[in-house]
Amino acid sequence: MEAYIYDAIRTVRGKGNKKGALIGITPAELARQTLAELQHKHQLDTSLVNDVILGCVAQVMDQGANVAKSAAQASGYGDHLCGVTLNRFCGSGLESMNQAAAYIKSGFRDLIVAGGVESMSRVQMGSDGGGMFIDPSMAIPGNLVPQGISADLIASKYGYTREATDAFAAESQRRASEAEAKGLFKSRIAIKDQNGVDILTTDENIRPGTTAASLASLQPAFQMMGAMAGFDDVALDKYPEVETLHHVHHAGNSSAIVDGAAISLIGNKEAGEKMGLKPRFKMTTAAISGSDPTIMLTGPAPSSRKALKQAGMNIGDIDLIEVNEAFSAIPMLFMEEMGISHDIVNVNGGAIAMGHPLGATGCMLTGTLMDELERRDLNTGLVTLCIAGGMGIATIIERV
Amino acid sequence: METIQNKLLSFSVDSDGIGTLVINQTEESTNLFSEAFIIQYIEVAQQAIADENVKGVIVTSGKPIFMAGADLRALLEDITDKKAFTDSVINLHTGLRSIETGGKPFVAAINGTALGGGLELCLACHHRIALNSTKIKIGFPEIKVGLFPGGGGTVKAPYLLGIQTALMYLLQGIEARPQKALKDGLIDAVAETEEEMLAAAKAFILATPNPVQPWDNKRHKIPGGGIWTPNGIQTLAGASGNVGKLTHGNYPSAQKIVKVIHDGLQIPIDRALEVEARNFTHAVCSKEAKNMIRTGFFAIQDAAKGKARPKDQPKYEINKLGVLGAGMMGAGIAYVSAKAGMDVVLKDVSLEGAEKGKSYSTALLDKAIAKKRSTPEKKEALLAKITPTDNPNAVEGSDLIIEAVFENVDLKDRVTKETEAVLAEDKIYGSNTSTIPISLLAKSSKRPENFIGIHFFSPVDKMPLVEIIVGEKTEDKAIAAAVDYTVAIKKVPIVVNDSRGFFTSRCFGTFVSEGMFLLEEGVPAPMLERIATKIGMPVGPLAVHDEVSLTLSVHIFESDPAEKQESEKRTYAIVKNLVENHNRTGKRDGAGFYDYPKGGQKKLWPGLKEIFTPNLEAVSEETITKRLLSRQVLESYRCLDEGVLRSSTDGDIGSILGWGFPIFTGGALSYIDYVGMDDFIADCDAFKTAYGAHWEVPQSLRALAAAGKSIHDFGK
Repeated sequence: MEAYIYDAIRTVRGKGNKKGALIGITPAELARQTLAELQHKHQLDTSLVNDVILGCVAQVMDQGANVAKSAAQASGYGDHLCGVTLNRFCGSGLESMNQAAAYIKSGFRDLIVAGGVESMSRVQMGSDGGGMFIDPSMAIPGNLVPQGISADLIASKYGYTREATDAFAAESQRRASEAEAKGLFKSRIAIKDQNGVDILTTDENIRPGTTAASLASLQPAFQMMGAMAGFDDVALDKYPEVETLHHVHHAGNSSAIVDGAAISLIGNKEAGEKMGLKPRFKMTTAAISGSDPTIMLTGPAPSSRKALKQAGMNIGDIDLIEVNEAFSAIPMLFMEEMGISHDIVNVNGGAIAMGHPLGATGCMLTGTLMDELERRDLNTGLVTLCIAGGMGIATIIERV
Repeated sequence: METIQNKLLSFSVDSDGIGTLVINQTEESTNLFSEAFIIQYIEVAQQAIADENVKGVIVTSGKPIFMAGADLRALLEDITDKKAFTDSVINLHTGLRSIETGGKPFVAAINGTALGGGLELCLACHHRIALNSTKIKIGFPEIKVGLFPGGGGTVKAPYLLGIQTALMYLLQGIEARPQKALKDGLIDAVAETEEEMLAAAKAFILATPNPVQPWDNKRHKIPGGGIWTPNGIQTLAGASGNVGKLTHGNYPSAQKIVKVIHDGLQIPIDRALEVEARNFTHAVCSKEAKNMIRTGFFAIQDAAKGKARPKDQPKYEINKLGVLGAGMMGAGIAYVSAKAGMDVVLKDVSLEGAEKGKSYSTALLDKAIAKKRSTPEKKEALLAKITPTDNPNAVEGSDLIIEAVFENVDLKDRVTKETEAVLAEDKIYGSNTSTIPISLLAKSSKRPENFIGIHFFSPVDKMPLVEIIVGEKTEDKAIAAAVDYTVAIKKVPIVVNDSRGFFTSRCFGTFVSEGMFLLEEGVPAPMLERIATKIGMPVGPLAVHDEVSLTLSVHIFESDPAEKQESEKRTYAIVKNLVENHNRTGKRDGAGFYDYPKGGQKKLWPGLKEIFTPNLEAVSEETITKRLLSRQVLESYRCLDEGVLRSSTDGDIGSILGWGFPIFTGGALSYIDYVGMDDFIADCDAFKTAYGAHWEVPQSLRALAAAGKSIHDFGK
């Protein structure tokens, strides 16, 4: 049985700090507005939807107690609508789509809303604690370090300089500004208040006019931490061939911390017929991969290779790719390992420009990719993200 | 309650109902946190709690030291029943907890140093008052013997100090003076006199009839916050990072300290003490702790007391010392000797040179004064003991000579003759040579029986080891003199027999040599250096070779007429090429394996990649690790086998204190037991096939393995 994507919607992304536009909006409300838009846009018979699967990383406070069910309840779809929240760190938003597809393909469900949400201004990154990072019996033998150190380790190991990572970041900003100016983010919605007044209508973090030169003055973000907390040495103990850890990443060439939510509507053929909707894409295949947790963020290439193999494709069969710009070095390494050009990767910019609302990003990337494939009249797309703990996730979609 | 007096403690109650428990272990040289004592202590305390006429108890010591810590002898024994051991620790907690929750105040009157278990005993009291004396130290030194506080200290310390400060005390083994302990919250008050302290203790007891421990008090706030606060999370993540950085995972107890706090601080104290106890059992059973107790504590302590001296020799008094040569080594020797109260004549070819040597002491003392570790008066007194001179006759009347001139046989020959002309016939002549055989130098002496090697390490004021080298004709009196001298200057002697490079230089040299080989075989230089420090060596083979100087390595090889082995020739060829063809001579010239930019950090010389093409796959990390350590170990074993070393323990001490062989292994000979003798031999055999004859395992080691014995059974 096939699993079809009938639509995908994402919110605008607000800066995930005290000055961010969306700080006054709870994560359940962000997700609710996407659900409301989905219903409104298609005049959806909400009784057909069985379940809401949302990825969310920091599941405490506003995001605790199953935020997917909170959003489902607030959505007005009806008491029949269930909800489940999952956490595969930065891969959560894509993982929820993959799980939805698997439910559909298995015949366990007919129609599912799958996506993710993260309000990083209200629930700060890391506030969910977790033993992996602070329990010494895992952290010390595993040589675990914070992600920024891992990203700098990748840059040091593969020779990505500060200049090169800044240039990549400037290009992400340029592409995003251009796409914004051209109005290409067509499945993006504004966030409104109770009075129907717009709070935010565009991605707040895009900085038109950013250049590599304008980024050059930013201070490395992880240098002090690497030295003070011993993490540089901990990382180099695992990668002794690297002489020095160069701290190339900073706020401007790493993904922005933002708030946002995204959903997709995934179902079988019959569900589409009942809704009277034509599917836009099918979920061709999906894969995950695990690797060394110290360098941590090298997962996109191996997980993509796995997905390609499962689909009987090679990288040349892919028309466009979204690889999450957690840090500049991640897509740079992915492109190098897969032997592909930046021309087909993140064509409308990525998380460096628009931000990375952890649990939501995977679904946002998929929606962005769907819009662009249709606009260019192309067929096949790949979405992939690096994930904390040394994981990677990749999904292949095809137009139907 | 009746007065109690036994070999562990005494107890009496005064007319105000204040009980005083005096810890006085009359059969031990110091008070120890032993099982027998704790059982007795708990029993007496419980009687006091049950007695309605007792209002509270003051706990103090009848010895100059309050309590030195655990009885390490007991912890060295093999634990066969781990459950029983853990249960016994938990029983101890149950007993101490019954005192904490018994409803009567206990006050620790800390009238002497309280370390480890001693401090834990104080933490099981409700109030701690220490005498305000700089002689008193308070802290948890357990980490230094591969352990951590297992009597409740690890779990309780964060309640008083906060997570961050507690980690500092526990991980660094800080021994704080009372003022600092007060400031940090480890104790509650200091008193200027014993009377004042007892009065304050009594006042606390009368004012606090039903005390509650912080860990039992729901309203108590952990300073800086608990585990799941932003500060707690950051502190623990940083602690794991720094422990990882500093220990490379080689010292399990450091990890356990963070683990016990992480796991224990979130749950009720009694359950947390169970967590601590289980981890403690694991630590006590670890090979690392046993190694650090056996070698790091007992063996070094015994050696420092002069275990190596021939027993029938009378003590050799040294009032006047002649130091020949006022270079770096001579200057350091003069300093440590004057510090030990000896009158030192520091002789150099020119008075200017001798005075420069003396100024080294001035500089060290000025630094000590700046750090408040000395005073101007002490400085003047010490400097007055060093007489710089250019007159060879000035050493007349010396009890001991230590020659520290350049490593040149002819020069040393001249100096020996010149000095012996004025030295009394029954006095001892020592040479601080690090490379020339003592028996060869002794040929210059009229009295080779009084001629001995006294090999210091640089910098002399910091390095604790002295390698005493016995020449062919050296007699016991000279050995006794050298050992007595070393003990007097508070350093640790080992006595070895003469051999090229003696013990330390010879074995340490194999570490450097193996580094050269690995580099030549394609191991990337940063990888080589990193792996060496990761396995516990203080610095990598390339960095240390730069320190020694490549030129010196070449010189030592070329000036030694002895027949060389293939491995030595190979090492020489690599270094010679770097010196001659690439002008890489060492740190002193700012150009060795590293570049040394002025004011910047050293950086591996990029040219290395041109000479030694790096190949990440050349040698696996596991093999690099084994080769770097096993070369040193095998050479150390040869020293034992050839009789250069007199015992395996001497080899352990020499390797740890002499060149920084990782202490968690127990030392360069204990290492064989640490990794398993059969595995060690199998590795060496495989390396012999792959890399050559320098990996040949002596037959005697195979015999030991076949007999299923320990390396410490060698010769027994």
